[in-house]
Parts: sequence; C-alpha cells; structure tokens
Amino acid sequence: MSIFIDENTRLIVQGITGRDGSFHTAQMMEYGTAVVAGVTPGKGGQTFEGPGGRTVPIFNTMDEAVAETGANTSVIYVPPAFAAGAILEAADAGIELIVAITEGIPVQDMARAHAFARDRGARVLGPNCPGLISPGKSKVGILPAQIVTPGPVGVISRSGTLTYEAVYQLTTAGIGQTTCVGIGGDPLIGTNFVDCLEAFAADADTKAIVMIGEIGGTDEQEAAAWVREHLDKPVVGFIAGQTAPPGRRMGHAGAIISGSAGTAEEKMQCFAENGIAVAKRPADIVGLVREAMGL
Amino acid sequence: MNIHEYQAKEIFRQAGMPVPPGEVATTPDEAEAIARTYGGTVVVKAQVHSGGRGKAGGVKLASTPEEARAHAEAILGMEIRGLTVNRVLVTPAEDIASEAYVGVLMDRKAQAPTFMVSAEGGVDIEEVAATNPDAIRKLTVDPRYGLLPHQAYWLANALYDDPAIIKQAARVIAQLYDAFRSAGASMAEINPLITTPEGEVKAIDAKVTIDDNELFRHPELEALRDTDAEPWAETRAREAGLSFVKLDGDVGCCVNGAGLAMATMDLVKYYGGDPANFLDIGGSSNPEKVVAALEIITADPNVKVILFNIFGGITRCDDVANGIVEATRRIDIKTPIVIRLTGTNEEEALRILEEAGFSAFTSMDEVVQKAVELAAGA
Repeated sequence: MSIFIDENTRLIVQGITGRDGSFHTAQMMEYGTAVVAGVTPGKGGQTFEGPGGRTVPIFNTMDEAVAETGANTSVIYVPPAFAAGAILEAADAGIELIVAITEGIPVQDMARAHAFARDRGARVLGPNCPGLISPGKSKVGILPAQIVTPGPVGVISRSGTLTYEAVYQLTTAGIGQTTCVGIGGDPLIGTNFVDCLEAFAADADTKAIVMIGEIGGTDEQEAAAWVREHLDKPVVGFIAGQTAPPGRRMGHAGAIISGSAGTAEEKMQCFAENGIAVAKRPADIVGLVREAMGL
Repeated sequence: MNIHEYQAKEIFRQAGMPVPPGEVATTPDEAEAIARTYGGTVVVKAQVHSGGRGKAGGVKLASTPEEARAHAEAILGMEIRGLTVNRVLVTPAEDIASEAYVGVLMDRKAQAPTFMVSAEGGVDIEEVAATNPDAIRKLTVDPRYGLLPHQAYWLANALYDDPAIIKQAARVIAQLYDAFRSAGASMAEINPLITTPEGEVKAIDAKVTIDDNELFRHPELEALRDTDAEPWAETRAREAGLSFVKLDGDVGCCVNGAGLAMATMDLVKYYGGDPANFLDIGGSSNPEKVVAALEIITADPNVKVILFNIFGGITRCDDVANGIVEATRRIDIKTPIVIRLTGTNEEEALRILEEAGFSAFTSMDEVVQKAVELAAGA
C-alpha cells in the first residue's frame, strides 16, 4: 500500500504546455504515472506528445478534463500569479488531491484557496513542494524517480533536496519507501505533518516514518504531540536550521524564526520528549531507522 | 519585504486612516526646516528596519527646530541593532490620552489573517501576550468574506468605553484590513493607536511587512525597497534569483535547495566550523547562477573556503559539474573550493571535477569535514 497516490491515480497536469509542466509530465509518464489529461487555457484540442509515442489530450478547462477522463488528482505547474486560481478550478471540478508545485504564490491568495478547497473536500499538497511518489506505483510532482525504491518506510518532509538526500541514503542502504511526501516550504500549506502521519498510521505497509522538518511555525511540535497520543509506529525526525539566525527567511517563505518561536532546538527537544528518535545529522537517519525497525 | 514607518504611514493614509503628517529628512538641516514648518513640538524618529528604536535612543521629542536639528544629528548615522540610520521622520508630537495596539498578520495555523488588539498599547505585543494574555482580543478573518463590520466593532469594543471613540476605532480597524489586503501584506500593525484628549483616534506609528510573493503585482511597493538598508550581497543575490543570508563564519556555503542548505550549515557547525552564509542556488545547472553565487561568497573577506553541496535529482550531477567548472573559469578565485555532488550521474560528475583540479566528494559528512579543516588551517 501507500498513501495519497497509487496505481489508481489518474492525473491531470495543469500547465502541461509550459517548460516545467511539459518536462515533468514526460518524467511522470516515464515512471508509469497515469497522466490522463493536461489543461492549458487556449490550448484545448491539442495533444501533448509523451515518451514512447504516447499522447495526452489537452483541455481548456478542468471541468471538461475531469468529465472526459475521470481524473481524481491534479498537479499544478502554473506561474505564481495564476496558481491559486488553478487550485480553485481543480477543487471546483471535483479533484480529490491537488498537488501544487509552484513556488512564490502570494500568501493571501493561498489563504482563500485553502478555505475554498476545504469547503469542496479537496486535499491540497503544497504549494512550493516537490510533490510525492509511491515507489513502483505513481509519481506526482518533481521528485527524482531513480532515488526511490519500494519498501516499508514513509517519508514526510518540508524540503526538496534534503528529502532526496535522506531518501537516497535509505535506498542506498536497501531500505525502501511506501510513499515519500514533500509537504512544502510555504507558511500556509494544505497538508501538514499530522495529515500525513494519520495516513501513514492507517497504511499497513508502512512500518516506520521519517519526518524531516525545519525552522518556523509549530507544525513539527503538533506532529510530535500527535505521535505520542496516536501512533504506534516508530518515527525518526530531523530538523534543519540549527544555525539559522532569528528573523531571517531561509529560502523557504515558511522557514523563519519569529521572535524566539520555531527554532530547531525547540522542535528537536519536542521530538525527543514525545518519543521521536532525533537524527543530529542527515547521515544518522538510516541508522536510527534500522534501530527503530529492529533491522 | 520590510518597509519603513514613513512608507507604511503613506499606505495607511491612502486607506483613509487618520495618520498625522510627517516628512523624511536625511540631514540635520532638513530636519530643522521640517520642524520649523510644523511649529510646536515634533518627534524625530529613526527610520530603520528594526524594533526597539525608542530604547536605542532613536526616537526623540524636540520642542524647537534647533532641538530637532540636534536630535537628527545624533540619530542620523547611529546604529540600531547593526543597522545604520540614514533617514529620520519628523512629525508633530501628539497629546496622548490612551494608547492601544491593533495588528493583523497572516496566521499559519489558522491559515487566515488574524487580528490582535489590546488596550495595552505602546509596548511590545509579544510581551503582553506572554505576561497578560487576557489583555489581547483575537479574531480570525474568513479570507473569503474579509473583515465584517460587526467584527471590526467587536475588536474596537475591547479597547474603549466611549461609543464615539469605539466607532472611530472600528473604522480604523476596517481600514487597516483594507490596507493589509491591498498592499499584499503579511503583517500590518498600529502601535500605538492613540486617543487625544479631544477624543480623536490616530495611528501614530505604523509597521507593514509586504509578502515578497506579492511584489510582482505591486511594482509601486517594490520601489519602496530600501537597498541602502541591506548588504550589497543580498541585493546582488536577489537580482540573480538566489536566496542568500549572511552569517558570521568563514565557511562559504553554496547549496541547491533551502532545506539542504540549512542542513549543510548545521553540519559545518556540527564539525566545529562556522558557516559564512546561507545560499540556495536553486535547481538549475546554469553557470550564470554559479558565477553570481561565487561573486557573492568571495566578496565576504571572512570566507576561507567555499563548500558546494549539490544533490542532483532531476538536474543531473554532470550538468552541475560542468556549470561549476565553467563558472570558476570565468572568475578568478583564490579561495579553496571543495565540492560534493551526489545523485544522478555522480561518477561522471566526479570525473569532470577531478579533471578540472577540484577535490570532489560524494559524502556530505566528508566534504564538510574537509571544508572545516581547510578553514581552520587557512
């Protein structure tokens, strides 16, 4: 099993004709993701030429694309000015999982989009996230496919390349993954650590979870409390930003220590107090996962 | 993006809020002339992107134009929390009967704008929240409907007893929300919102943070950016599309991805070194970006070694390696460089780097240890 995406995922790519959209559509198709449609307003009726001579129909609107293809998931590679609008359109079209890759969406746009998506019962992943991959089944987003392998570990992270780093180490050590989820580096994200933990808790194949957090906000602290109260699977945690100064945004819009709140120390301590094994370095993650799983 | 008080006040005035007049001076002469036109007592206020201006001696009352001049002379050029004051705001002093706090910010947990108001104004709201949380009234705005009139009134009602003043304050709170929305702010606050003995409500201080992601919509706000208030390296980094934060150490870091960049800095510290910076070079192998990154890092005289840490996922390691080789050929660098590349096509990347004479690694721990060692020995 896996969480959020699997072999039943039927994907629409919003912004399929753009540079990033077309590149990553081809990559996802290579991996075996069922890309059933693309949407770019004004390009309806055209087709996307995928790898191996496969083609994907392009529609002007999400509504048509869903009606024609029965898609249940969408991924957004739309520029920041239009990305929140793309989320609204996907939610309105009945999409269940909306993966927003776009970085730089105005935070006030996202406040409205999240409220709207919640009303429509849609899950938003991101924005400003690498997406997710269920090894051997489906990939939605930009995660590099060659670093993952199927197995028993669930991975949740606010970061992109740091996730790849951890996942690559797991894979190299022969430890595979059920699903790797990048939840995004923005201050307002649709799916947080607790949402992913709940899903992994319910997934019988996931035997252990790796959680990679960073400075800013309180999402990790809430996740730690949830782990203590609800989860009977081992969790290994890492927090980036121990050397980050307060008040400065460290790349991600959400990675900022406000006053004295949201420091790495606070989060690591909170992890430790709630029974999460804390990795001091990325290289310690594999050892702690082995230990936790009795490997 | 932080803007100055005088700029925030202009945004407030455009929203119709009652903000006393004020003008900016960059010299003591100008400050004196402005004070003379207002007559009476004025306040001379340092314009710098930092709190605690009053405590640092950056806000002074002046009862004559000569005194305003003397204060401006003392404040201009002074350092407040490491930032040099280049401008002062000169504004008429107000008679104050009461001081309140009114602020709105984007709350991460509520995923919506959230107001905080308190009758205890003029002090740090975080302090009030810590010592007397009951003195704060909070309200989360539904972003689909905006701040509703009765909500603005309910907030104002927590601040005052006089119905005429509550009504004025409710209008100011509604206008603050409009300003927050239209400027694409992530935070807007009035501290203090005062009442005068005549029963007028006025915003005598203003703080606004603009969401960087909104700037494409607001060229007029981008123009407010005070590039004198930020180090050259940060301006250069922004123009080159890089994320950069200067730190005090000597290991220059160049990493792809924000999370990995933070983890790399942390690992430098773990092995006993000190990172000189945070730098996220992004996901491409574009030599232009590498050149800009190297220029920025080497401009810091503290830097004794340059550490690259690149995870090649979608971007292949050999492309990144070629980018680094090309970039380092274009600019003359004396500082030693150590490089770690891992991921797709890493063997090919290592060959390219070694042929170009670099020490290349695939282990993050090894390369960081090497960098720390070089910095200590230099």
